[in-house]
Amino acid sequence: MTTTTQLAYRHRPGPLHAIFLAGTVPLFLGGLLSDIAYYQSYQIQWSNFAAWLIAGALVFCGLALLCALINLVRAEHKGGRPVVYFLLLLVTWVLGLVNAFEHAKDAWAVMPSGLILSVIVTALALIAAWVGLTNLRSGGVR
Amino acid sequence: MNYSGALTAISVALLLAGCGSEADSTQARGPDPKLPEAQRGLLPSMKIAEPVAWGDSKPTVPQGYTISAIATDLAIPRQTLVLPNGDILVAEGRGGSAAKLKPKDVIASYIKAKGNTQVKGGNRLTLLRDADGDGTYELKTVFAENLNAPYGLAYADSKLYVANQDALVRFDYTDGQTKASAAPTKLADLPSAINHHWTKSLAISDDGRYLYVGIGSNSNVTERGMEVEIDRAMVWQIDAETGAHKPYATGIRNPTALTIQPGTGQLWAVVNERDELGPDLVPDYLSSVREGQFYGWPYSYWGQNVDPRAQPQNPEKVAAAVKPDYSLGSHVAALGVDFSIPAMGEKFAQGAFVGEHGSWNRDNPVGYKVIFVPFAGDKPAGEPIDFATGFRGDDGKTRGRPVGVTVDPRGALIIADDLANTIWRVTPSR
Repeated sequence: MTTTTQLAYRHRPGPLHAIFLAGTVPLFLGGLLSDIAYYQSYQIQWSNFAAWLIAGALVFCGLALLCALINLVRAEHKGGRPVVYFLLLLVTWVLGLVNAFEHAKDAWAVMPSGLILSVIVTALALIAAWVGLTNLRSGGVR
Repeated sequence: MNYSGALTAISVALLLAGCGSEADSTQARGPDPKLPEAQRGLLPSMKIAEPVAWGDSKPTVPQGYTISAIATDLAIPRQTLVLPNGDILVAEGRGGSAAKLKPKDVIASYIKAKGNTQVKGGNRLTLLRDADGDGTYELKTVFAENLNAPYGLAYADSKLYVANQDALVRFDYTDGQTKASAAPTKLADLPSAINHHWTKSLAISDDGRYLYVGIGSNSNVTERGMEVEIDRAMVWQIDAETGAHKPYATGIRNPTALTIQPGTGQLWAVVNERDELGPDLVPDYLSSVREGQFYGWPYSYWGQNVDPRAQPQNPEKVAAAVKPDYSLGSHVAALGVDFSIPAMGEKFAQGAFVGEHGSWNRDNPVGYKVIFVPFAGDKPAGEPIDFATGFRGDDGKTRGRPVGVTVDPRGALIIADDLANTIWRVTPSR
């Protein structure tokens, strides 16, 4: 029991890591909502919002990814939840980058691929954050 | 060069985009180009000119012709005008105030700036004079300053018209004048909000009654919204007396140069078409501009080829779109046009010269030269012929970028080069 607690403690995101990770979710979600608004209204400003929100999400997600990598490198036992979490976040970031390029297309060329990617990336970000922050809870009993 | 690393990175990105593209000679040029399917990789192709100085080299011209630099150290020369006494006026400046709306705009504008001059635009007209006719323009003097990104120039009946990026203005001019006697009078405001495509091209009817102003779109293809495209992507006809205007022809994405065909009095334009549909779409064109016609932008290109990026679509407008007369090839960025005269030599007597600024949205760069489109019976006929080349060298470096081309009635072609800040003059050797 002592060892598991210690392990969990090692993988537990610090406050900064948690902020980066948690910040990723609403930014990608905001991008998705903006995409939906553009899809329904043809109002280009929504597409501009989406592009910037996704760019912001990539910054947060990228920093969280860096923290996750450092935690993984420092972990004695490399496997299980920390690896799953890291891989999830990596896929989220890569697909998010692809989505950013999609959103760099002009006007309606963003659609529908940008909207579809936004749905996938937002879901992935949510799952990655869920998995990542669950460590927080398990590490809570010290 | 400190940015060669960045360019290499872009080249790598281009490989990811995976668009093959051929040289311009294989591009669909002429009256009836065969257009490929639209395509775009994850990243748009970007290949930017790497500027170097001309040094002792010059553009290459056909055998039997000579080229010389008649003015250097200008402040971004764009269009030129030959006055009745043979003096040359040069419009110098850089306009546009388009805000960067997306992360893409920030990155793309940085990259594109690498291929342009670092000089600040002059916002002035410079006058060049060759008093003794020996081909050396010994006088270079500022004719007018404090203009706002002047571009289009026209002259008729002792009046000099200048299309600034925001207004059409008029100077009184007497033969031999080397400096404007007063500030110009405003004839008409021109659409200038945002001014993504800021250049206002200009031509005047033979009788001096109407001015034609080319107004480019405010976007590539509506990515700033349709609201900002009111009074854009069209040619205005402006009454020279009253300044009253009406749209003369519409759906013309970016009419960068206008000219009147000698003999017929017909208005012609070179037009830059849309980007990011692949290396061989959409052809820039040379076309007569017919009154009341719609040329497609943004809903379709080259007739009825629908561009789905413009939403909501407009099938009625698509159905009404007319085809331009002559494809110059995609992405060549034609910025200058003028009709030739017999004094230019037999091979180049009948047709139009076109200045091509050169591509950015293409792996294998095209343009960067002045071509000649031969005409037969008032219409373009046959393949274009290279007239001045070598602006982009075989070493992949760019020494100059042609903009305006003007035929001097004495038998010379005046080429404005806005990268080297030079005016070139090509004459048949005698």
